Parts: sequence; structure tokens; C-alpha cells
Amino acid sequence: MSTSPNTIKAGAGKNQRSVFVRRAPLRFAVIAICVLWFLPTLGLLVSSLRDARDITQTGWWTALLAPWNEHWTLQSYTQVLGGENMANAFLNSLIVTIPSTVIPITVAAFAAYAFAWMRFPLRRTLFLVVVALLVVPLQMSLIPVLEIYNKLGITNSFLGVWLAHTSFGLPLAIFLLYNFISQLPGDLFETASIDGATHFQMFTRVVLPLSVPALAAFAIFQFLWVWNDLLVSLVFLSANADQSVMTLELSRLVGGRGQQWHLLTAGAFVTMLLPVLVFVALQRYFVRGLLSGSVKG
Amino acid sequence: MTGSTEADEPLGWRGFLMPVGAILGLAGLIIGVWFLVDRQAAPNLAAVFFDILGNPGEATALRAGSGNQVVVKAVLVVIALVVGVGGVWLFYAGLNAVTMRLPAPWRGRLLPLVFVGPALALLTIYLVWPLVATVTKSLTDGDGVANYRWALTDPGNQSMYFNNVLWLVVGVAGSVGLGLLIAALMDRVKYESLAKTFIFLPLAISLVGASVIWRFVYTWRPPSQPQYGLLNAVWQAFGGTPVPWIQTADFHINTFALIFILIWLQTGFAMVVLSAAIKGVPAELTEAAKLDGATERQLFVRIIVPMIKGSLITVTITTAIVVLKVFDIVYVMTGGRYDTDVVANQMFIQAFQAFDQGRASVLAVILFVAVLPLMLINLRNIQRGGLAA
Repeated sequence: MSTSPNTIKAGAGKNQRSVFVRRAPLRFAVIAICVLWFLPTLGLLVSSLRDARDITQTGWWTALLAPWNEHWTLQSYTQVLGGENMANAFLNSLIVTIPSTVIPITVAAFAAYAFAWMRFPLRRTLFLVVVALLVVPLQMSLIPVLEIYNKLGITNSFLGVWLAHTSFGLPLAIFLLYNFISQLPGDLFETASIDGATHFQMFTRVVLPLSVPALAAFAIFQFLWVWNDLLVSLVFLSANADQSVMTLELSRLVGGRGQQWHLLTAGAFVTMLLPVLVFVALQRYFVRGLLSGSVKG
Repeated sequence: MTGSTEADEPLGWRGFLMPVGAILGLAGLIIGVWFLVDRQAAPNLAAVFFDILGNPGEATALRAGSGNQVVVKAVLVVIALVVGVGGVWLFYAGLNAVTMRLPAPWRGRLLPLVFVGPALALLTIYLVWPLVATVTKSLTDGDGVANYRWALTDPGNQSMYFNNVLWLVVGVAGSVGLGLLIAALMDRVKYESLAKTFIFLPLAISLVGASVIWRFVYTWRPPSQPQYGLLNAVWQAFGGTPVPWIQTADFHINTFALIFILIWLQTGFAMVVLSAAIKGVPAELTEAAKLDGATERQLFVRIIVPMIKGSLITVTITTAIVVLKVFDIVYVMTGGRYDTDVVANQMFIQAFQAFDQGRASVLAVILFVAVLPLMLINLRNIQRGGLAA
């Protein structure tokens, strides 16, 4: 406050240079952190493209330092996709993940709409119960649900995994979507109901199109969560190799071929590919979801 | 928007067609579900296609359980999409159509049930009832007192709890501390969003994938052989003898190594939330402090940190919940051996390898009790205005 505008102006020329010098450590720190964070993944990627024998003879960085001496090959990928069941697991992961993402969004959106814009007894209490269920860890559900599945004969079926992922994702989904849908302007609903629209029509034609940002945010969460899940698949879908998902296959690979790094690196990269692409493409929605309060139970 | 004109006639010919469509859809749904439960159904269907196409050899192979599995998978993918994605919409549309044909008072009463009913049913089956069942099991499966005594006093379990505390303290402090530091640093550079992506990206990677990445970093070879694990190579370059990081339980080195995997993943989360919070600090405030001669450090400690306290608390608690329930990393890296066990991993072992449901249930209850207060605080904070508040 005490500095006049004149003194700031006068010091500007000298400051510019000193700012540059002063900022050098900052730049260095930022770049160092980025490199440090990226190195492990880079090592994986480079190794997956190297010859199987070279990986355990020299460090992967030597391949980067002298790339022209290196025998680059996609053999690890063909091997892991063909011989190690990974191509099949990729399809299985898709079969598991797509419905496990779409079903909870749909179920939660209907419920969130009702909690926000319909009047029925116990509405407030039921909503609080749903949100409270966020506190229940997955581990509390595994044994009883598996018992039900065994009785119904749907253990190790895709249907069982869908419903499990759907239900475990519901509290967060309802919570996030309610926060969004309940904030939509009330006039919308009045106008629509004067026009004679039913709740179903209002939901599908007004609410859903307007809720796309919230739906997308949750969709990315759930997609990443399901695709990357190990525990639910281990418990409900691990009996048959032909139904195995990618995380299961990769953890099996670690157990069975722990020192065959060409298979492990290629396998890990294959499992990461789709979620990383989705993530980079839809990062904006993901960040928005994070900031609106995502706390998975 | 053609919606409003159609809405004027809620019960035209569509009103009659909808229930019929719903019934047909339901039948399709049941057949689809049957395909997903019966493992031989999809190969059989694929075999029918091959019969029609005039390829009986392949059809027989498929029926016998061999044959081209990619075709079978493709059939399953299509069925999964139709049933899983279309089926659920058909389900709601059908229920709605049926309800709308009821007399007026019933329609109004039942419609909310159509909207919330399925969600509540799933939550009851998958979360509410299991909660009761698991608590009951922990007390009644075998000898309830013995289950709890085992869980609380067994020496192996006590070192397991110590590991969990270590995870909690180091994992949370590491992720949140680094996240805050990186958020503050990156707030000042031009290529902020690019730099952030590097830190952020691991969030998309599965814990299993991250474990493989770091298992490679931690790899150990006998000193006579070339070290191709990054950490041991660097360690050796600085004159150290290669260390089998994952097998070394002294000073909990291996647990620290595992915790770092989680920090690597979770820092991005803390960074994103805290960075948004830092950007929310009013510029007038920081400018005024600078003019008053505050150093960068004073500015950070005295102004920015207090201003983003709410976000810091929420991020800390959210990370703590994730850390307490950590399973995948330990399961994949050590399986709990070398004194690295944690509660979630032991729970899995008791439930699905030792088949001791009583002990497994006790461990699940312990996790629940540990997470419960954290989640309640978190929900209260979020109710007050979101993470970025």
C-alpha cells in the first residue's frame, strides 16, 4: 500500500531479469518432479518394446541412451495378447465395464430425480440412508453377497459382477447426481408439467440432457473404478480363465511369471492403455467430478 | 425438441404399444441374462450362426467347447451391451408404462417407487443386509469371542495393525504433503496444465498396473549381476549394495516401498483438489501480503494454507479412507508376506483362502469401524459446500 505506482514502474526492467534468475530453481523443481513421476511408467513402456533377453541384461535406460543399438520389437505384445489370454481378458474387461458403468448411472439418475423433484413419504430419510451407505467398505459386503450368489447360481457370471459394481457405485452416483439435479431451476419443471409432460418425459427430455456434465463426471469415475478393480473380480469372477478380466490376468502373470519382465511390462501396458486414453480425453469432466465431492466408500 | 407436442397426448396408440413392447423387452432381457449366466449358451448361439452360414465343422467345435473363442466373445460383447445397457432402460420404460396405465391415485403413489425402488432394492441387497449379516457372522460364526480375541491379540495381527498405521501416517502425509507442495509450485509456472498431467496420470492406472510398474523399479539382482531395476541401479551408482527392497522387512523398508506406490498414485488427487483451492484464494489477499513485504514462504504458510484449510482436511480424510482400505498393492506385491500384511489383505485371505468367515467378518468390521468416523466427517464437510470450498 505504501509503494507508489512510480517505484514499481521504475524497477520493472531490472526486475525482469532477476525474476528469470529467481525462477530458475522453481522451473528446475517442477521439471524434476514431472520427470521423477514419469520415469517408472517410461521404464515400463520402453522395456515392453525391447527384446525379451535384453530387458534382464541391461537397464531400460541404456536402450534410451543408445536407441540405434537396440533391437526394438513388438514380440512381447503378440506373446502377451496371444499366449497369455490378454486379448480375451481385454474383451472381458469391456463386457464387465460398459454395463457396470451405464447401469449405475441410469439407476442413480432415476433415483436422484425422484429424491429431488418428486414428493413421497420418507423421502428425506431415505436419501440420508443412501448417502450414509457411502461409509460401508466393500469388505463388509463380500461374504454375504457371495453367499447369495452361490444360492442363485450367479457366482462367476458377468451378470453378478455388473450388479455388484452397480450397487457398490450407487451411493456415490446418487449423491453426485442429486447434488446436480436438485440444483436445476424449478421453472423448468413447472413449464414442462403445464405442458402435460409426465415425470418420465421430464426426466428423459429435460433433466438428462441438462445433466450431461454430472453424468460424464460420474461415468469416468465408475469406468476407471470398474476397469481398474481387482477385489470385486477376484471374489465374483475369478473361477474361469475365459471370463478373466485384465487386472486378474495381470496379477496372475505377476504370480506365475514374476521374472518374465517382457510379458509383465507388455501386459501392464495393455491394461493401462484404455483407461489412460479415456482419462486424458475426458480429464476436464473428471476434475469437475473430483471437485464436486467424490468419496467412494 | 418435439417433446412438447407428443406430450400433449400421453395415451395415444403409443400408450397401448408400450406395455406390449415392455413385455417383449422383458422376455428378451431374461433370455439375455440366461446367456450371461449359462456359459455354454453363447458358444451354442455362435454355433447356430455357423450352421446357418454352412460351416458345420466350426459349429460342432463350438458346441464341444472348443472352436473360435473370439467369435464367442464377440457374441457375448453384443449381448452384454444390449442387455446391460438397453435392458436397464427398457426396464424403467416398461415399469413406467405399466404404472401410467393405473388409475390416477395409484399412479401418483407408485411412480416415485418406480424411480427410486430399483436403487433402494439394490442398496438393500448389496450394502444394508450384508452390513447386518457380516456383523452377525463376526459374532456367531464359530466362537464370536474367540474371533475377536484372535483379531485383537494375535501377534501376527498386531504387526499387521502396525503396518496399517504406518500406511495411514506415511501414505496420507506423503500424498497430501507432496500434493500441496506440487500444487503450490505449479501454480507459478506457465506450462502448469501440462506439468500437472504428469502427476495426475497415475490416477488412471490400476493399483495392479502400478504395482507392476514399481515392482520393476524395485527389482533386485545379486550384486554380481547387472541391476536392471532403476532403484538398485541408482543405489549402486552411489556406492550402495543392491537391496531386495520388497523382501527386506528391517525398518519396514518393504512397507515403505509399497506405501510409495500409493503416494505415487494419490498425490495427483491431492494436487488437483488443492490446486483448485489455491486458485480460489482471493488475489487481493496475496497481493496485499506481498506489498506488505511477506516472503513467499510466509505467504504460503500464513495466508494460503489457512485459506484452504477446508480442502486440506477433506483431502486428508479422503486419502486416509483410501489408505485404510488398501488391498491390491499388498496382494500383488507380497501377498502379505515379509511382514507387510494389512487388514484388507488378511480379510481376503481369511475369507477366500482360509475360508474362516468368522475371522474375515471381524476384520471387515474392524475396517468399517476405522473408516466410519472419517467418512462421517467427510460427508459433513462436503454437505457444507463441496471439496473446493
